[in-house]
Amino acid sequence: MRVATAPDPTAVLRTRSAERRARQRGWLRKAAGLLASVLLTFFGLLAITFVIGRVVPIDPVLAIVGDRALPQVYARVRAELALDEPLYVQFWIYISKVLQGDFGTSVLTSRPVLEDILRFFPATIELATLATFAGVLLGVPMGVIGATHHGRWPDHFIRVVGLVGYSVPVFWLGLVGLLIFYARLDWVAGPGRLDVFYEDIVEPVTGLLLIDAAIAGDWDVLGNAFSHILLPASILGYFSLAYISRMTRSFMLEQLRQEYVITARAKGLSERRVVWRHALGNVMLPLVTVIALSYASLLEGAVLTETVFAWPGLGRYITDSLFNVDMNAVLGGTIVVGAVFIGLNLLSDMLYRLLDPRAR
Amino acid sequence: MTAYSVPQVRWRSWLLSAAPQSRIQARLGNLYLGWLSFLANPLALVGMAIVVALLLMALFAPLLAPGSPYAQSLTERLLPPSSEHWFGTDELGRDIYTRVVHGGRVTLTIVLLVAIIVAPLGLAIGTAAGYFGGLLDTVLMRITDIFLAFPRLILALAFVAALGPGIENAVIAIALTAWPPYARVARAETMTLRESDFISAVRLQGASSMRILVRHVMPLCLSSVIIRVTLDMAGIILTAAGLGFLGLGAQPPIPEWGAMVSSGRAFLLDQWWVATIPGIAIFVVSLGFNLLGDGLRDVLDPKQRR
Repeated sequence: MRVATAPDPTAVLRTRSAERRARQRGWLRKAAGLLASVLLTFFGLLAITFVIGRVVPIDPVLAIVGDRALPQVYARVRAELALDEPLYVQFWIYISKVLQGDFGTSVLTSRPVLEDILRFFPATIELATLATFAGVLLGVPMGVIGATHHGRWPDHFIRVVGLVGYSVPVFWLGLVGLLIFYARLDWVAGPGRLDVFYEDIVEPVTGLLLIDAAIAGDWDVLGNAFSHILLPASILGYFSLAYISRMTRSFMLEQLRQEYVITARAKGLSERRVVWRHALGNVMLPLVTVIALSYASLLEGAVLTETVFAWPGLGRYITDSLFNVDMNAVLGGTIVVGAVFIGLNLLSDMLYRLLDPRAR
Repeated sequence: MTAYSVPQVRWRSWLLSAAPQSRIQARLGNLYLGWLSFLANPLALVGMAIVVALLLMALFAPLLAPGSPYAQSLTERLLPPSSEHWFGTDELGRDIYTRVVHGGRVTLTIVLLVAIIVAPLGLAIGTAAGYFGGLLDTVLMRITDIFLAFPRLILALAFVAALGPGIENAVIAIALTAWPPYARVARAETMTLRESDFISAVRLQGASSMRILVRHVMPLCLSSVIIRVTLDMAGIILTAAGLGFLGLGAQPPIPEWGAMVSSGRAFLLDQWWVATIPGIAIFVVSLGFNLLGDGLRDVLDPKQRR
């Protein structure tokens, strides 16, 4: 009899597993929603580049056959490019080609655009990564100090440093940097990734010159490459620092007003522990998003920086192609940068969900 | 002394009255309070001074710099700054001071044109999406998200590539990439307004959706949009200058600051002033807009106030 009145242990288990299943379903639905929105955004990216490719006042057929081609040749190439088909068919062909990694052939280098991009992109990644490192390592402590010294001179100083970063044209800062640190002081190497003397010595493995040189154990090349990347990376890093320190400061100000901070202080924890452990620990999470966004915006800032420093990266590839009206290359580069942008946004979103128990 | 200060006090107490007699008095009083807190922010004042100086400079450019920004003098090429040429001369012997002053007009034109296109566009899309909701909201916000997800400069580059270089096309390209944040802001404001009683009252009186949107919703979204515009100005200036620097914005010989920096690059090592001085102009002006925008946000947007 007693057995019957006791709560059925399997019932608890059953409700628990039902709960878990419901949670999993909710998670799956969220993931599906996220995936759908990413796919939609990517579709939009393709639609925009497709439209841009169609409104260009250049005849893509003429660009290939030249203006003295026979009418038959012209017609054949036109049919090959599927330009006779209705627009939606053209768009379909365009999408399926892009998804297969076929961005067409670059008029300028007469290589497949994807091959070009794979050659140029590592230089940009190297630059943006180094810059982000600098931005995080300096920007986060600056933001924290700004928040702990709220309204006093370190705070004002850090705010002004940030505001200047928001206002200064990156290409101008690059030129001034070259003028001072390369031409006048001779502290760093000039434009380019390497001195001519050191070029093509190191076997490209990753495409990231610093890592390749370290793998090959060629310290001369490594030193030279570092001397070349130092200035452009610091300048890009400054922009990342401006953004990261500003966001860190405002997140920290919010955290330092919370009650757990008062509790921690009342417990007698040292101020350093309260600020750098407890408050900063809670700020880390939103900071992940900020860092991902700043990394993405550096890929963009790299367009101008690469032009100033003759840096053979994706940004310069896009602008160079632009001047040679090489639309395949321009649009291919735009799609790749856009896709990386979307990917970084997705990554930061997922990290947020993964790390924050409240968002799970 | 007293005769002088008495009317001033009366005027102040009228503005600061806790029981305003009319709507105008209340509104002016609010404005005055905002103005006072704006005055308490020295950085914002500096920003306003810079922006006002830019406006005056653009307005009185022919008086401040009487020469033509296009006047060449090949015997006076690449002269360093002196009492005759305050900022020196460029590779064609043109006076850089004159060109910088007249360049203020170009920059201001670009910024105003972009603002005139972007603010109403974002306002219309955002309020429509927020007010009607449903499918229209989903579709419009999806499009907004798509544009927001892109790198702005690269998208502008691709647009300029398609349209061809030049000021007008640079303006269009920047505007096409700049509207989404405005739509977001306007939508958020509209969502909170949509359910309020006064909108229901207007609807009951038989006002059309169009009338409600244009006459009742949009004016209330304006202040957020204006803050956004001011904060965005610096970004617009920097993007326009970047396009000019790459040779995709204003074309030579137009005295556009970004293009001037670009043409001075070739002489950077020996004649530093050709490239650096127009860059300083870009920096100062965008700093001014940033400071002003920050100050305005603190005053006009109580939600953000700390």
